[in-house]
Amino acid sequence: MKKLLCLSALVLFVAACAGSGDGTGSDTTSAATSETTEGGNPSYDPNRGEGKFTNVEVKPNLDAGMAEKGEKVADLKCTSCHKMTDERLVGPGWAGVTTRHAPEWIMNFMTNTDVMIDKDPKAQAMLEICMVRMPNQNLSDDDARNVYEYMRKVDGVK
Amino acid sequence: MMRVFHRTDNPLSLSPKVNLINMKRVLFLIMLLSAAVMLSISACKPKNAGDAVSGDAASRVYVQPGKYDELYNFVSGGFSGQVSVYGIPSARLLRVIPVFSVDPEKGWGYSEETKPMLNTSHGMVPWDDQHHLDLSQTKGETDGRWIFANANNTPRIARIDLRTFRTAEIIEIPNSAGNHSSPFITENTEYVVAGTRFSVPMDDASGDVAIDTYKKNFKGTISFISVAPEDGNMKIAFQLILPGMNFDLSHSGKGPSSGWFFFSTYNSEQAHTLLEVNASKNDKDYILAVNWKKAEEYVKAGKGRKQTVKYAHNKFDESTHTATSKMLTEVTVLDVKDFPEIAYMIPCPKSPHGVDVDPTGEYIVGSGKLAALIPVFAMSKIKKAIADKTFDGSYGGIPVLKYESALYGEVKKPGLGPLHTEFDGKGNAYTTFFISSEIVKWNIKDLKVIDRQPTYYSPGHLSIPGGDTMKPYGKYLMAYNKITKDRFLPTGPELAQSAQLFDISGEKMKLLIDYPTIGEPHYAQSIPADKVVKNSVKTFKLEENKHPYVTMGEKNSKIVREGNKVHVYITAMRSHFSPDNIEGVKLGDEVYFHVTNLEQDWDVPHGFAIKGAINAELLIMPGETTTLKWVPQKVGMYPIYCTDFCSALHQEMSGYVRVSPKGSNVAISFSLGKNSPAGDSLLKR
Repeated sequence: MKKLLCLSALVLFVAACAGSGDGTGSDTTSAATSETTEGGNPSYDPNRGEGKFTNVEVKPNLDAGMAEKGEKVADLKCTSCHKMTDERLVGPGWAGVTTRHAPEWIMNFMTNTDVMIDKDPKAQAMLEICMVRMPNQNLSDDDARNVYEYMRKVDGVK
Repeated sequence: MMRVFHRTDNPLSLSPKVNLINMKRVLFLIMLLSAAVMLSISACKPKNAGDAVSGDAASRVYVQPGKYDELYNFVSGGFSGQVSVYGIPSARLLRVIPVFSVDPEKGWGYSEETKPMLNTSHGMVPWDDQHHLDLSQTKGETDGRWIFANANNTPRIARIDLRTFRTAEIIEIPNSAGNHSSPFITENTEYVVAGTRFSVPMDDASGDVAIDTYKKNFKGTISFISVAPEDGNMKIAFQLILPGMNFDLSHSGKGPSSGWFFFSTYNSEQAHTLLEVNASKNDKDYILAVNWKKAEEYVKAGKGRKQTVKYAHNKFDESTHTATSKMLTEVTVLDVKDFPEIAYMIPCPKSPHGVDVDPTGEYIVGSGKLAALIPVFAMSKIKKAIADKTFDGSYGGIPVLKYESALYGEVKKPGLGPLHTEFDGKGNAYTTFFISSEIVKWNIKDLKVIDRQPTYYSPGHLSIPGGDTMKPYGKYLMAYNKITKDRFLPTGPELAQSAQLFDISGEKMKLLIDYPTIGEPHYAQSIPADKVVKNSVKTFKLEENKHPYVTMGEKNSKIVREGNKVHVYITAMRSHFSPDNIEGVKLGDEVYFHVTNLEQDWDVPHGFAIKGAINAELLIMPGETTTLKWVPQKVGMYPIYCTDFCSALHQEMSGYVRVSPKGSNVAISFSLGKNSPAGDSLLKR
């Protein structure tokens, strides 16, 4: 008798399950949905991007020492994919990059790459053109700032 | 919502017998599902606890997608020579670490950097038989730094670094043959031991003697290899010379047995032929108790003999990404019969296999392969017997204790053929029985059997997380079976060896899942994931790459010819090599592709392969430099490409190497993204 009762309960259980669709999917759906909501949050600042850089101080003149350090880092970790011209190699050329994006955006993209690619409209638009996700090259905060200074040098800042 | 997953139901009925089994399985599944339903519907409370717990089995091993397992489980690979890593409780295979066997998939033993790791005094040995593992410990507890692995065939010990899950060091053991009683460690990883399975003439004596001079010429040895606390560097501190016999397994003392090491032995008959019969004659063989602190004192006092031998010591340097192999020529040996108080023999029934020390360190469990009882020895009694000198003669100059004077008690009629015992830290021991194919749980204090569960089939080792340490984690038990038969879909004559995961959190052991394994698992070790995860290396820092042929950035890629050696400094980055067009290689050249992966992102290795290479591929981790040697045999055009799918343009990650005849005047040239001058002039025509 007990078995019969449980069997009928089983039928109900299975029927209910069949309606709710794929089993494993439902466990993860909620998490995925909440993330999407966060992504669409209007508090996201598309000019600054997302990451630890909220206010980067940039002087009118070039800091040549920083730019030199930045060039070394770029040569090791960046220039396989980025030219200094406006020509696209794997990623876009760097010419004019500092006029197109705020320093915070650039440095957040360098250091918080995956999150930015997943959330930022400008980063996503570039991905559609380049079709290769920019790797996070694990730049330190100083590296990122120095590479930004080097980008300014490439853009003609004296 | 609770979900039930089942892996063993097979809708195909192959024979009436199988049909019956399936019927039973279907009924069982209905029970499982019913139990799950009862749990999932709050109004319907479980009335039968047994059903509810059984129904729990599937969810106990179910780890949600994207979630991590609770434990790392390191499993010896036996004749595969490697170590596999599983997640527990899901039993998902996470990685196979190449250790003693070449692995073309990872370039292990094929890249120029890893070839020295497999060097021995016999030259490069591409395979071994890997039986036992032991995690490094601090204060008798696993610390997550390293795991040690033995090579049985050509005696060696490897140290695997758990930051990288790579083999960091391999040391060869001289005066040894069949390094079975290994690589067990002391409470603070002061030493890792290596006892020889086969006794042989010593390396500095002639091995060219008649085999039937075994008793005269053959010796056993046990090596104590010190492990440097800061970097794990292994060094043979001393070797003990013992009578010719077979050393089988071992375990370190702890607590009251601190400073002692226990080794099981068989063939006290000293047979050299038909051991099956001739080494099974004596009623009792021995467990050898070694006072290693005493041996250490003798060595520190300058005692012992310096013996000339030859053995390889291989180390992988993480900053140069390169291994080096050194041939060493000396060990210190102590002939135990000449140094009192180092060793004592404890009689143990019928060819003991496992020798296992409980978490308190007071009880030492011997398991006679052919016995129908389990003797449990007490350290307090052993110490007293030694102090009182209640000896029963000697064996090969080593005092033999009286069985009764060392014995705490016997587990009566536990099963047939006990092999190995581990502990849950709650006063219980768990022993595998090969012949009666079961695991038996028994209480250490009263020696009463509490539970027995069948395994499928014939278990060798078992493993409980931390089960050989002072602080077992308990909760799970893994049985490593020697026979698989009908447990999985048939795959022809050769089947994967089966492992079984049990829940041991309750009074009764509960089978949770069966799973296939790599090679032939013998011993295994497990550790809570958080002890390892926090140290896991994700990439190698490019700035710290000290490889002599590193290419620091694409600008530095180049080709250097030194006579007939051509060094290609080549970089890999999604999705191209630099350079990717190479000309000027000639027949008779040896080409070395030194590939530097410029990525600094986790999980972006690049592969490298070239047509006709008679070795293997390279798999280069982010920030690493690895070298493939290639000796072209024919003039022609040779594509190179990335073998590890790295990006949407992975198929584009390729290039060409032109091979010209010997004496050709094609100069070395290399390029990326442009034609060579020769190519340009051809186009202009």
